[in-house]
Amino acid sequence: MKGLSSVSVAIKRNSIIPGFGLTLGYTLVYLSVIVLIPLGALVLRASSLGLSGLWNIATEPRIFAALRTSFSIALAAAAINVLFGGIVAWVLSRYEFPGRRLLDAAVDLPFALPTAVAGISLAAIYAPNGLIGSLIAPLGWQIAYTPLGIGVALVFIGLPFIVRTVQPVIAELEADVEEASATLGATRIQTLWRVVLPALTPALMTGFALAFARGVGEYGSVIFIAGNLPYVSEIAPLLIIVKLEQFDYAGATAIATLMLLASFSILLIINLIQAWNRRRFGQ
Amino acid sequence: MTETIAQWAPETAESVWTRISRSRGRGAATGESPLLAGVLIAVSLIFLALFLILPLAVVFYEAFAKGALAYLAALAEPDAQSAIRLTLLVAAIAVPLNVVFGLAAAWAIAKFRFPAKSFLITLIDLPFSVSPVVAGLIYVLLFGAQGLLGPWLKAHGLEIIFAVPGIVLATIFVTFPFVARELIALMEDQGTSEEEVALSLGASGLATFFRVTLPNVKWALLYGVLLCNARAMGEFGAVSVVSGHIRGLTNTMPLQVEILYNEYNITAAFAVASLLALLALVTLAAKSLLEGRFKDGHSAKTRGH
Repeated sequence: MKGLSSVSVAIKRNSIIPGFGLTLGYTLVYLSVIVLIPLGALVLRASSLGLSGLWNIATEPRIFAALRTSFSIALAAAAINVLFGGIVAWVLSRYEFPGRRLLDAAVDLPFALPTAVAGISLAAIYAPNGLIGSLIAPLGWQIAYTPLGIGVALVFIGLPFIVRTVQPVIAELEADVEEASATLGATRIQTLWRVVLPALTPALMTGFALAFARGVGEYGSVIFIAGNLPYVSEIAPLLIIVKLEQFDYAGATAIATLMLLASFSILLIINLIQAWNRRRFGQ
Repeated sequence: MTETIAQWAPETAESVWTRISRSRGRGAATGESPLLAGVLIAVSLIFLALFLILPLAVVFYEAFAKGALAYLAALAEPDAQSAIRLTLLVAAIAVPLNVVFGLAAAWAIAKFRFPAKSFLITLIDLPFSVSPVVAGLIYVLLFGAQGLLGPWLKAHGLEIIFAVPGIVLATIFVTFPFVARELIALMEDQGTSEEEVALSLGASGLATFFRVTLPNVKWALLYGVLLCNARAMGEFGAVSVVSGHIRGLTNTMPLQVEILYNEYNITAAFAVASLLALLALVTLAAKSLLEGRFKDGHSAKTRGH
């Protein structure tokens, strides 16, 4: 996230630069037509259901199960990504080894690869006859077509959020803090745990929230590997589509509204983390 | 011990330079032991190989599993061809529209001060935090047969949902912020002094924009276009909701991948998917190149996801 610095630009309102009315007007019209009015249509539909209507739909067993699946697995995948994404970010920032630049570029692959492509590829790898699926099948394990498969897809999708949020913070860490810690007798592990990690925590939390938000709404990479069994491995976005196909617009609207509320709350939390972080480091 | 695993690497001039520049200011006390460093690097390599490299490789492996002839035949199918054409068409409409919007929004936001600016930026970023399926749904609720404007559209013989306009709209929604956010960040950083010089020397507003502002932001613009285009061509969830999956008419490439895969036509599904994967690779390569360019300029620090 960028520092929305309305700080440095010292422009007077009556600046000599032309085009303010035109460009702001166009921005607002385009924003309204593409984003605000369609989202308003959703809010309008949802408000016609009322709070109790929303609640009744959300607690329908199948919908509740789908929401629980989406949220809990997205949480778990984001947590896994904090651990491994954090290590990856550290390694890519601090070490030099052959292929580092290539791997660094590859971290953006989940952003660039269309989700459907990732979905069928992951499904092919983890299916019981697939490359990895066939390795673990003799152990009695199965990943594809179970909730574990959803987790694999969400780890794939969420990885760049953590790495790309943490990397710039690692780059800006001051060496003298680590040196001071070492001089005062800390072992390297103690320094990493008690000096470096706390400095990275806000970035890790932001990355966690971003990956979680993305995971809750993710559709394309999940549905091929999930198996989509109602009550077990059916995700909330898929249930929206199922409801639409049954012309149950109220159901689809209710699920979408809850997901939207969740992602806005996450957005708010991210902003709070960043505000807290700015206060803490007095920027 | 001193820093890292770098000692294992062949010492090219470049790696020496990077190592020195990396280890600058870091003494012996502030590196991990070779053992810990090796473990961390190994964990990273295995994780990335498993979750990034393997899925990418499998796309091409499966696409060519039955040989190059089967691959080409799958791409020559009329349905595949029309999916490719539709994907190109949708991107050709959505990307330029978002470029015009991005330029306008960045001009208004970066060159002027007005209240609620950061709220406006939040609204522009909003589509990134909406699930693609919800993005499709909102257009169905607005333009669909049971939607708010559905009866009116039907009376006038206009089709948006289950037709190309709906696909274009959904694609514009999910790619909405890409160009704008790159340009806003850079243009806020650049300020207004160069434009003010051009204007006070007598250049018109348009001339200032085309000859001062645009050259200043061209790499960021290209970067935004690149990301916008990749997402536009690859979008699946939002498009899936509004498309209606009519073969040969409203199927984009990602939707065609889904249909073929669900029909157990695995080779054909991965053949179409391989084109999209190729697009992703080209995008990543161009992105890395552009980031090199950015770092020469004075703006690299303000960008990022």
